Amino acid sequence: MSTQGDLLHTVTTDDISPARIAFGRTIVWGSFALLVGLGILQYLHSTGRTPGFDTWRPVLYAYCLWATCLCWAQVLIRGEQGKRTLFVLPAVLFVVSMVVFPLLFGLSIAVTDWNLASLDGRKFNGWDNFRQMWGDPFYWNALKNMVYYTLAISIEYVIAFGLALLLNSQIRARKFFRVAFLMPLMLSPVAVSWMIGKSMMETRFGPATRLAKTLGWDRPAWFSDPEIARLMIMIMDAWTWIPLMMVILLAGLQSLNKEVLEAARVDGASAWQTFREVIFPLMLPVTITAVLIRIIFKLKLADIIINVTSGGPGGATDSVTSFIFREYRDRSNVGYGTLLAMVYLVLIVIAITAFLSATRRWMQRPE
Amino acid sequence: MAETQIFTDHPADRAFRAKWYFSRTLIYGALVFWAFVCLFPIFWTVSTSFKIAPDVMKGNIWPWIEFAPKWKGWQSLGLAPEQWGQISTVREEFLKRFMNSVIVSVSASTLAVGLGSLAAYGLSRFSYRFGPMKNQDISFFFLSQLILPPVVLALPFLVLYKELALLDTRIGLILLYTLTVLPIVIWIMRDQFQAIPSELEEAAMVDGLGVWGAFFQIVLPIALPGMVAAFILSLVLCWNEYFFAALLTSTDAKTLPVMVASQTGSQGINWWSMAALSTAAIAPLVVIGVVLEKYIIQGMAAGAVK
Repeated sequence: MSTQGDLLHTVTTDDISPARIAFGRTIVWGSFALLVGLGILQYLHSTGRTPGFDTWRPVLYAYCLWATCLCWAQVLIRGEQGKRTLFVLPAVLFVVSMVVFPLLFGLSIAVTDWNLASLDGRKFNGWDNFRQMWGDPFYWNALKNMVYYTLAISIEYVIAFGLALLLNSQIRARKFFRVAFLMPLMLSPVAVSWMIGKSMMETRFGPATRLAKTLGWDRPAWFSDPEIARLMIMIMDAWTWIPLMMVILLAGLQSLNKEVLEAARVDGASAWQTFREVIFPLMLPVTITAVLIRIIFKLKLADIIINVTSGGPGGATDSVTSFIFREYRDRSNVGYGTLLAMVYLVLIVIAITAFLSATRRWMQRPE
Repeated sequence: MAETQIFTDHPADRAFRAKWYFSRTLIYGALVFWAFVCLFPIFWTVSTSFKIAPDVMKGNIWPWIEFAPKWKGWQSLGLAPEQWGQISTVREEFLKRFMNSVIVSVSASTLAVGLGSLAAYGLSRFSYRFGPMKNQDISFFFLSQLILPPVVLALPFLVLYKELALLDTRIGLILLYTLTVLPIVIWIMRDQFQAIPSELEEAAMVDGLGVWGAFFQIVLPIALPGMVAAFILSLVLCWNEYFFAALLTSTDAKTLPVMVASQTGSQGINWWSMAALSTAAIAPLVVIGVVLEKYIIQGMAAGAVK
């Protein structure tokens, strides 16, 4: 490790005895050996050859022990440098063990025909899952829906920007409105799906239905027509998440340089001109952050769909997440479900990278 | 307007006046409209929990004017005032779920803020090199977890937790929730620590504190508001999480959202009890939202604006 570029320089004379270093090495390798040993033992046990533990729990404990020893040994072996590593190391170990390992494990499941309901256990089946996915109209439909859902962000963005502008203008009771506008974000999507989806849009006596009837829509069918059902899901999701974009945009508006706005006013720009020529361009970086964060959260959309329509009618409202959720719930199809999720991840990474590089190029051009 | 006005404004000024009032009306109209959109569903849920069947059928909305509030909905949760002294199995059940939610979300947020703050501090102060990964890459590694959709991890974790006997335990949920909010915490905290000048710690070290001493005694108290913001934001996300909880819990560790969801599906629609349950599920966060609104906004805005 190099100390170059440290913001915080320290000069310490580390006086580490060889015995201390040796002790540090011993506990790391000792606990590692324990981990590997237990792992092998348990693996042999799972194939039925040796006695072992009922679950893999002991291996987990050994892993925790090893991780602790590794952190401790940093200080033992490397002194002051080790103390610095200790800041980041726990988080890195945590994320690696919680993400990288399950992802690799997931890859190994994705190429099997593992169905938890069947007794056979898992069998390697190569590209079969992939071929099944290729011919699965429901998955493609879910992906298409995700595109629609993501496109809905543009309208959410317009509303959020409008609200942010409203909150940023000279108004009374600003705190009240800010709290009120923030409220939907506090609510759990599951509660929202009951509050709005199931009760307010109840087809006999929900208030939303009554309103629709007085407005001349005879027989409001919120969730039986595919297009309308999708629109309703979009609206409910927008209702919950608009505050997030609004807050980010509001922070952006408040950090705008007041002198620039002053200059625009002195030059006689109208409100609309000021917005179009000054505020909006200055807000572009914040806009990109807000939209990106919103896209990330949108890609996880599932709770409302699972609880209100469970994907219906005919998969018209399915998101990828809710589709995989049902694939597991109804058919216990772990192997296939994992492959679908992995493909989804790859598509997301490609799409986000494309989005980022496109915005970067677009941002650079005006300069 | 008994007397006639002697001095009048110039017509141009009066037009300006009218325009000003017009725009004010428009602004407040929009504000009130959106506040109504945001608050009506909450009002509707809370008020429905005090209705009985005929009130629901007739679609009565205003309490005391159109219908007389009753405790019927809350009775089905065992939370109506007359039941407080008695033993009630439904209340036991509800409180168990409620406590599960509290324990899981508070411990996951604490763990995430702990791990995340340390990592964010380290990344903002020292330069690391793990193999080919430098600070930039490590930060990106942490933040990139954000785009990982939960569904990718869900099924592998289901199988892993089964092997580790962590299925349907609170520990299992806590670990996963920590993972999901960790990138957000790191993002917020990195911003916080970068705003603190490193001269402060240098001074502390000159006075004889170590790296960790300086962190705990000097930096942490300054960064506390940011940590509170990160904690509250994590709390909100963990409390509302449904997907993992629905997949990984069945009886013991079931959280409140799962309970709400399972009630929606099962017993037809028993409106007043569902409304009471929903109200109870959202109440803690509504209170947090009203009281700690400043921190939530601070947390969400952090990092977005440079």
